[in-house]
Amino acid sequence: MNIQEKIAGFFPEASFEEGEILRIDIPAEKLHELAQKLRDEFGYDYLVTIVGMDWTDSLGCIYYLMNTADKSQISFKAATADREHPALDSVADLWKIAVILEREVYDFFGIIFVNNPDMRRLFLNIDWVGYPLRKDYDENPELNPVTTESERQSDETYVWKREDGKLVKHVERVFQDDDFVVNIGPQHPATHGVLRFRTALDGEIIKKIDVYMGYIHRGVEKLCENLQYPQTLHFMDRLDYFSAHNYHHGLCLCIEKAMGIEAPRRAQVIRVIMDELSRIASHCLFIGTYCMDLGATTMLFYTLRVREQILDIMERTCGARMTFNYSCIGGLMADIHPDFVKDVKELLAICPKNVAEYNKLFTGNVITKGRLEGVGVLTHDDAISYGITGPSGRASGWACDVRKTHPYSIYPELKFEQVVRTEGDSMARFKNRMDEIQQSVDIINQLIDNIPEGEYCAKVPKIIKLPEGHWFQIVEGCRGLFGVYIESKGGNQPYRLKLVTPCLNLASVVDHITRGDKIADLITIGGSLDYIVPDIDR
Amino acid sequence: MFNFSIVTEWIHNLLASFMPGWLTTTVECVLIGVGLLLVYSLLALFYIYYERKICAFIQCRLGPNRVGPMGLLQVFADMFKMLIKELITINNTDKFLFALAPYLVIIASMLSFACLPWGNGLQVINFNIGIFFLIAVSSIGVLGILLAGWSSNNKYTLIGAMRSGAQMVSYELSIGLSIITMVCLAGTMSIPGIVEAQENGWFIFTGHIPAIIAFIIYLIAGTAETNRGPFDLPEAESELTAGYHTEYSGIHFGFFYLAEYLNLFIVSGVAALLFFGGWMPFHVPGWEGFNDIMNYIPSPIWFIGKAIIISAIIIWFKWTFPRLRIDQLLTLEWKYLLPINLVNLVLMVLVVVYNLHF
Repeated sequence: MNIQEKIAGFFPEASFEEGEILRIDIPAEKLHELAQKLRDEFGYDYLVTIVGMDWTDSLGCIYYLMNTADKSQISFKAATADREHPALDSVADLWKIAVILEREVYDFFGIIFVNNPDMRRLFLNIDWVGYPLRKDYDENPELNPVTTESERQSDETYVWKREDGKLVKHVERVFQDDDFVVNIGPQHPATHGVLRFRTALDGEIIKKIDVYMGYIHRGVEKLCENLQYPQTLHFMDRLDYFSAHNYHHGLCLCIEKAMGIEAPRRAQVIRVIMDELSRIASHCLFIGTYCMDLGATTMLFYTLRVREQILDIMERTCGARMTFNYSCIGGLMADIHPDFVKDVKELLAICPKNVAEYNKLFTGNVITKGRLEGVGVLTHDDAISYGITGPSGRASGWACDVRKTHPYSIYPELKFEQVVRTEGDSMARFKNRMDEIQQSVDIINQLIDNIPEGEYCAKVPKIIKLPEGHWFQIVEGCRGLFGVYIESKGGNQPYRLKLVTPCLNLASVVDHITRGDKIADLITIGGSLDYIVPDIDR
Repeated sequence: MFNFSIVTEWIHNLLASFMPGWLTTTVECVLIGVGLLLVYSLLALFYIYYERKICAFIQCRLGPNRVGPMGLLQVFADMFKMLIKELITINNTDKFLFALAPYLVIIASMLSFACLPWGNGLQVINFNIGIFFLIAVSSIGVLGILLAGWSSNNKYTLIGAMRSGAQMVSYELSIGLSIITMVCLAGTMSIPGIVEAQENGWFIFTGHIPAIIAFIIYLIAGTAETNRGPFDLPEAESELTAGYHTEYSGIHFGFFYLAEYLNLFIVSGVAALLFFGGWMPFHVPGWEGFNDIMNYIPSPIWFIGKAIIISAIIIWFKWTFPRLRIDQLLTLEWKYLLPINLVNLVLMVLVVVYNLHF
């Protein structure tokens, strides 16, 4: 008896849509019950994302779930026809990350989640008029003018509850009156971008952190709805700018899957090499900036040498050092530079030596150990509940590497280890990245001499149209799982393009793991999670 | 060894020959003050350049190399920039304390700077509790830092100042105890007296084990006392932007900055005084020829040279180690350094009493 039949047994009113990932269509009032069943009885313990949707006749959400034991995925959809006061039940009590994900949906679609403990806007101003991702959104700039005044701030948050069949709004406070609240950010060296932690302190001890996001929200998902598919690719460089290649790869795979084409093998190999080079560069920068946050400024210069070398390689092939825009639908924009193989081999030769040097200088240091070990422990279950993927999730003992769990491209053929540690502290997260550099080096070593000859881009139509339908693709970015959800109505523009970024989860877990630690530990923990702000805000 | 007291005596006699006594004293005070200020600022400029070059060397960089030959004029350019910058006044601060704080810091630094034994006979003031005076005046600095943090009316500066207060008060203890250990060995608190006691061998050699322990503790505590890495929590820029001096600009910021570099020199200078013989050249008992050659090197060069080399070690710390956390910092002091120091003091007393030193 497969899962579909079992669920049909429990919920006779549910309808099913088969595909790569099974989708259950459930009436809104049964949403929470189904979610609970899926989590508790079928083991879908990881909420990958909540995709807010506006189908014009109804508003709703698609929930993507994953079973961390057998790696299977499932999705379910709930919708409401009420456009004035759309409300769905919150699943925040089942998955902790849902608090933030539901806030995002509320921000963009205005769907109220009943029983969500923190129903505020997430990215937009609290006085923003309208819900931008609704299809009937009024883009008139006079409604939301650019002001020179500071945005209104409020300590209030709202909880919606159903009482006697009616929705009731309760007002609650984020901070109490006598809390000593320090703003760490938006302009602060430790937040690595424009992110703001409102930190309630008791002396040096952190009582609570309210993560305030959205300072560089650019509305990428909204913009993509008015662009053709090849144009949407450009934004992938501008989310997590350190895993630009990986994100490009993800979106390309999703569109290629929808079109039913496959990139030539040469393109696939080069894409994987580029992904892994980005990973080395990203982790090198992480190590450097992290050590700098902890006061060991010198490490930054040591690690940047490797990163510079990688950027030089990228520059020769892609023509850019940050916004590469290299993968395109069907393959690659251009062939590799003639010196590419030689340059990469030079890099591979020095990488292990450099990692040994970093370990000698920093990892074994007694002060480093004191600062990192046992600080910011994230348990295995919390990691899954918060959806912390990537090296940070693997430091908590959760084997969540998409390259292994849901292999794509040529990853199944490659031999490499998934680096997993069980301590869950900052040191484990730090060491995981150190070890992943070595794994990436191994992967590139297997490929660099075997780049097959042939076309670097498949033949694709001049105007790319996707058939009607929806697709979901996940890949491994440098910081965790990156997902793309595309829904198409058959045109050359996506009807909805949702980006699932790992850093939103990373930022939202900060409050949980810093409670009771010292301010200095906030830097340690925030740094070890390695979030990238444009990736949070999109 | 050339005795600079000949020069100072000559100046004194010259002035006294045509001036009444009170005017002579006043003129001498002014001359010494101006001289000290000059040396102070020049040394600060040198230290900024020196640290940047060492730091660049450690970090595989070149350091300043554009302004002037080898970037030597860079620090002057920086200094003039600092001097001509606007002093920004901030609303809702305690104006008087806000303005007072940098002067307290720089005065504390100046006063302890003046105590250092610059050379044979080059001593601003010589009284029998010189080293005691030095400890006393150097403690005023923490007051300035606390005031700066408090009066800025900013949460970052307040936290920075609190940390700084806790840190400096704690490490003062270690510095004091290791100084007392060496005073035991020297048998005097007078600064020239301590230098002269090392004529036949620096204390680091003659005092053997307790002296070496005292030196290591002094170096750690001195690094902490000057708020330098790995103990730079008060201004941990990744946590508190710039700590207690976040809100300062222009020359007021410059004062903090100068005092910080000069405190580095003062801490190294005191280390040179207590463990490496102050201005005393390197002497090996019995090697008369060698000792004579050493004596040819002028005494101020000996003193400043030693101080600069010790500073290099402290700078090396900063560019190598990550920063400690406040609780780890205090644990290090109260649970490790302080007990070790007390035991070391007893050890030194035993060494002195039983005449076990060389």
